[in-house]
Amino acid sequence: MSKTILTIDDSASVRQMIVLTLSGAGHNVIEAGNGADGYSKAVGQPVDAILTDLNMPVMNGIEFIKKYRQHPMSKGVPIIFLTTESDDALKAEAKAAGATGWIVKPFKQDQLVAVIKKVTGA
Amino acid sequence: MSLPDPTETFRQEARELLDQLESGLLDLERNPSNADLINSTFRALHTIKGSGAMFGFTEVASFVHEFETTFDRVRKGLSPATPDLIAIALDAKDHVHTLIETPQAAGSEGESILQRLRALVSGKATPAVMAEPAPEAVAPTATPPATGKRWRLRFTLPKDALLYGTNPLLLLEEIRAIGPCEITVLTDRIPPLDDLDPETTYLAWQVDLTADDPAAAIDDVFLFLRDGMDLSLVPLTEESTVAEPANVADPLPASADSVADVSPPMAKRRGKAEAQQLTGVAEKSTSSSLRVPAERLDELMDRVGELVIAQARLTQIAAQSSDGNLKTIAEELERLSSGLRDTTMGIRMVPIGTLFSRFRRLVHDLSRDLDKQIEFVTTGEETELDKTMIEKLADPLVHLIRNSVDHGLEPAASRVAAGKPPTGTVRLSAVYAGAEVAISVAADGAGLDAARIRAKAEENGIIAHDAKLTDQELYQLIFAPGFSTAKEITALSGRGVGMDVVKRTIDGLRGTIDLRTKPGEGTTLTLRLPLTLAIIDGMLVRVGDGRYTIPLAAVEECVELPAEAISTSRGRNFLDIRGALVPFVRLRDIFNTPSEPDQYQKVVIVSSGDGRVGLVVDQIIGNNQTVIKQLSKLHTQLKAFSGATILGDGTVALILDTVHLVGMGQAYEDKFKAETTGRAA
Repeated sequence: MSKTILTIDDSASVRQMIVLTLSGAGHNVIEAGNGADGYSKAVGQPVDAILTDLNMPVMNGIEFIKKYRQHPMSKGVPIIFLTTESDDALKAEAKAAGATGWIVKPFKQDQLVAVIKKVTGA
Repeated sequence: MSLPDPTETFRQEARELLDQLESGLLDLERNPSNADLINSTFRALHTIKGSGAMFGFTEVASFVHEFETTFDRVRKGLSPATPDLIAIALDAKDHVHTLIETPQAAGSEGESILQRLRALVSGKATPAVMAEPAPEAVAPTATPPATGKRWRLRFTLPKDALLYGTNPLLLLEEIRAIGPCEITVLTDRIPPLDDLDPETTYLAWQVDLTADDPAAAIDDVFLFLRDGMDLSLVPLTEESTVAEPANVADPLPASADSVADVSPPMAKRRGKAEAQQLTGVAEKSTSSSLRVPAERLDELMDRVGELVIAQARLTQIAAQSSDGNLKTIAEELERLSSGLRDTTMGIRMVPIGTLFSRFRRLVHDLSRDLDKQIEFVTTGEETELDKTMIEKLADPLVHLIRNSVDHGLEPAASRVAAGKPPTGTVRLSAVYAGAEVAISVAADGAGLDAARIRAKAEENGIIAHDAKLTDQELYQLIFAPGFSTAKEITALSGRGVGMDVVKRTIDGLRGTIDLRTKPGEGTTLTLRLPLTLAIIDGMLVRVGDGRYTIPLAAVEECVELPAEAISTSRGRNFLDIRGALVPFVRLRDIFNTPSEPDQYQKVVIVSSGDGRVGLVVDQIIGNNQTVIKQLSKLHTQLKAFSGATILGDGTVALILDTVHLVGMGQAYEDKFKAETTGRAA
C-alpha cells in the first residue's frame, strides 16, 4: 500500500533523489527544506513516515524531532534520520529525541526503499 | 512530467553551497569567533560531502571530509578559525568546484591542499587528533555459535517504542521472513488497567525459530532498537523447548493482529488519516520552490511577448469598432496580459546579491596580491534584475572593481600621507531608479588624473595634441578603445579587456555608464540598466509617415513646440521648460523626412542619466506595450535605434535609443555653451 512520506532535507538534490526513489516505489512524498518547514507540514496532515536530515539551517533535525514528538499527531509515526557518519553519540541523541531509525549517507536507492518498508511495512 | 537529473541538481546546488561557503569563510576571516558563521560553514561542508557521496562524487566527499572534521573542531571551540585556515579552505573550495564541474581537469592539487591543512592542524598546540568517527559497529551482543537449527529468541522493546514509531507487527513479520517460527507473546509486564499507559509498550515476545545462523538477520531486524532493548538468542535444546515459562500466554497464530489493540492512539491516527483521504481533503504534496531550466523561461517570455502583440492588435481593432462587448473583452485581455507579463518578468528576476557575493572573493584576492588594505562594502543585494542581465553584468563588474582597486586605491602609505585612513573602501551598491537599476562601484582612492589621461590619449593617438577637451570629456576617454592608463600593465588590470569592452557590454544591455571623480577623494562609476530586456512600455509617436516607439520610462513630459521655435529651424535649438534650457532635436531632420510637417508639432522630453533632450515629432499616438526585437546586424550602424517592435496592425516601428539621442542633445548644449562663453570672452 502506498504511504505518505515526508522528507526533510536542506539539500534539494537529496530530496529529489528521495522523491524519485520513493515515488518509484509507489509512495507519495512530501518535501520540506528545513525542520521548521517540516514541522508545519508534518502536523498539517497525517504522514506515515518521516525522513529527516540532521544538519539543517533554521531548525535542525534533532530540534525537529523533539518538537514534533510533542505533538499528538506524531504518535506512532516512524522518523528516520539521515546521517553522514555513524556517529554513535549523534545517533543516541536523535534516538533519545524520539527518532525511530537512521540511514547512513551515502545510501543506495534500494536501501532507502528497504528502510521505509521496514518501518511502514510497505 | 519528466523529472530533471538529480546529478545536475546536485551540481547546481553544490555551486550555490560553494558560493555560500566562500562568503561564509570571508565573513569568518573578519569575524573569526562568530558561532553562526562557523555553523553555516560547517553545514555547507557537511552538505557538500553528504550529497557528493550520494551522487557518486566520492572524491569530493573524501576531500571535503577532512575540512569538515577541522571545522567541526572549530565549531566545538577546540581550534580557532585562523586566516591561514581560511586561506586553505578557500583554495579547497576552488578545488571542490573543479572536482564537481570538470573532474578531468582536477590535478593533484587536492592532495597538496590537504597536506597544507594537515600541516596547519598538526602545528597547533592542541594535538591534531582527527575526530575520525568510529566505524559502524553493530556487532551482535548475543551471538552463540551455530550449534543447532532451532533457536529461541526473546525480546522486549523500549517502553517508548510504539510512541516513537516502531511497529512490533513489522518486526515480527521480518522475523517470520528469516525462517519458520512460532511466536509467543509474553504478557507478564502488563500492569493493572488503572496503571496502564496505553502508549507504553509492555509486551515481550518469545520466538522459536528454525534457521541456520539467524544472528546477523536478527541484528538486522532490531537494527534501530538494539541499544534500548533486551534481547537474547540462544540455541534450543530439547529440554528448553519443554520447559515452558509459566508467564507465557497462548501462543499466537502466524498473524498477530491482536497486538495492534494495545496501541489505540496509533489506530486512531490511522483511522483519521483514512477518513481524510476518503473525503479527499488530504493536502496535496507541495514544495516551496522549484527549479526550471532558463531556456523554458525564455520560451515563456517569448510567448508572452507574442501574446502581448496579439492583444495590442485586438485593442486596436476594438478601438475602431463600436461593439461594446468587443471593447470589454479587449480591455479585460489587456489587463490579463499585462498581469501575465509582469508575473513572467518577475519569475526571471534574481536578486543581484548572488552576483555581489562573487566579488568579495575577488576583492579579498586583490587585497592580498596588491598588498592593499581594502574594505569591501555592498548594499542593495536584494535589488532584483533580469537573470540574463545579471549574467552579462558579471564580467563588466569584475573589470570595474579590479580597476577601482588596482588603479583607484592608493597604497596604504600614500593614503596615510594624504590624511586618509590606511584601509581603502570599495563600495558596490545597487538601487532602483525608476524603471532602471543603478549599480555603482565607488572607491575612495586618488580619483582620475586628467593630465595623465590626456598624456596617455595623445600618446595612443586617441586625441590630437591640440584638442581642447574639458576634464569631463577627458575622463570619458578611458572608455575609448585602445586606452589604458596603467603605467605598466599589471597582471590584474591588463587582461586584454579595456573599459571600452565594459562600455560596449553595457550599451548592449541598453544601459549607460556614468563616471564621477574628484581628485583626492575617489571615483564612482554608475551603471544604469533597464530592469528587463524583453518588454517595455513605449510611447508611440509619428514622424512623417513613420512610426517610432520611445521607451516610456525615459519620457519625462510632452509639450507643444512653440511657434517661435518652429520658425528658427537653424540656430538655437533650445526650449525653455519652466526656466531650464532643454536642447531639442528635430527627428524629421535626422530621419530626412520629405513630407510637410504637421502644423502643431510636439516635443517629447526624454531623459537619460542627468541629461535631457526634447524630441520633436509630428504626432503622439499613445502608449503601448512594446516587445523588443533585435535589429539585424545590417542595422547595427544605426545609432539612433535600439531595436524594433511589431505594432498591433502588423507594421514595424523602430524603437528610439534615448541614450544616444540625449547624447546628441548634450552635444548641442555643449557647443552652445562653448559658443556663448567664447562670445563672452
